[in-house]
Amino acid sequence: MIRHHLSDDLLTGYSAGTLPEAFNLLVATHVSLCDECRARLGALDAVGGAVLDACETVPMADGALAATLARLGEAPEPVVVETPAAIFPAPLRDYVGGDAEAVRWRAVGGGVRQAILKTSSAASARLLYIPGGMAVPDHGHRGTELTLVLQGAFHDETDHFARGDVETADEDLEHTPTAMPGEPCICLAVTDAPLRFNSLIPRLLQPFLKI
Amino acid sequence: MRLEDDAATHAALMLRVAQQADRQAFAQLFAHYAPRVKAFLMKSGTVPALAEDCAQDVMATVWRKAGQFDPSRASVATWIFTIARNRRIDVLRRDRRPEPEDLPWGPEPEPDQLDALALQRDTERLGQALAELPDEQRVLIERAYFGDLSHSEIATATGLPLGTIKSRIRLALEKLRQKLT
Repeated sequence: MIRHHLSDDLLTGYSAGTLPEAFNLLVATHVSLCDECRARLGALDAVGGAVLDACETVPMADGALAATLARLGEAPEPVVVETPAAIFPAPLRDYVGGDAEAVRWRAVGGGVRQAILKTSSAASARLLYIPGGMAVPDHGHRGTELTLVLQGAFHDETDHFARGDVETADEDLEHTPTAMPGEPCICLAVTDAPLRFNSLIPRLLQPFLKI
Repeated sequence: MRLEDDAATHAALMLRVAQQADRQAFAQLFAHYAPRVKAFLMKSGTVPALAEDCAQDVMATVWRKAGQFDPSRASVATWIFTIARNRRIDVLRRDRRPEPEDLPWGPEPEPDQLDALALQRDTERLGQALAELPDEQRVLIERAYFGDLSHSEIATATGLPLGTIKSRIRLALEKLRQKLT
């Protein structure tokens, strides 16, 4: 049961197509797991549909229909039912090149590992692997940081987050996400500004962590 | 021709494309939507020649992906909007555009026809409500969807009947999930 959903702002930005790529990735991944947000997004997309339909028209070039018809295949593509999510839903699998076992992790200390995903530079996306019971170094944020749980669960000063839940942390939140005992917690974290860590060693490491 | 009169007609045309590869049905949809998609892309900052090319691409994608159209979850206008928006992101930002995992009914679509009709009607009502908003508010929403506002400037689309549409889509998803398990 997902308890922490995407904000209206984020879903609207995704629908209007104005979010940075890393945020789009997190939204698409959460929506793959959450029918409630899929339905909310569907309603916001309907506003886009109404805007498109109310658009004044600009005539197409002569022969545009013929040109388009000439490009069409015999028939539309057959519908493929995708294999349901194992750990990573399809949009995330596309970025990783496979499911969780395909991630090329790098150790960042304390048993915590991360993998940076390639997105446009307007925001960054990374996967985090936190062994059961371990904590991610205490850190604050300059911008917005969203964390989506894909496996296991974590808790911090604010609440408890399990698979599908999204934590939205703004500049005011300094928190220490700690994985629940048991299986490792895997999260997708995106941020529009580099993190700043509070303890000395991680701060020194930050340039090398590229986050 | 106004869509208020024919969201259901467009959905029926779309199903003829999906199920019978009907080129005549496609041509009718092209006549209505291609000039709107072109206008939409131009308002989003695309130069006319590129907008023309992209509008043709968008319509070719409509054909190719017709099997994914689900009338119990979206109107044709909504579905084409999402394709046009993604194309705009490709072209103007050269970003990848991650999309949620597809959730199709399978090779034989079986959404309830009454559910589909109800959603099409709700969408028409949404179009009317948008048209009736005070100009200032309507223009803001339009600019947001043309990609003309930054994410933080986008006002929540208040005053529009989104709750009913959300509930209908939610119901359609529940039925689909039941079928899948």
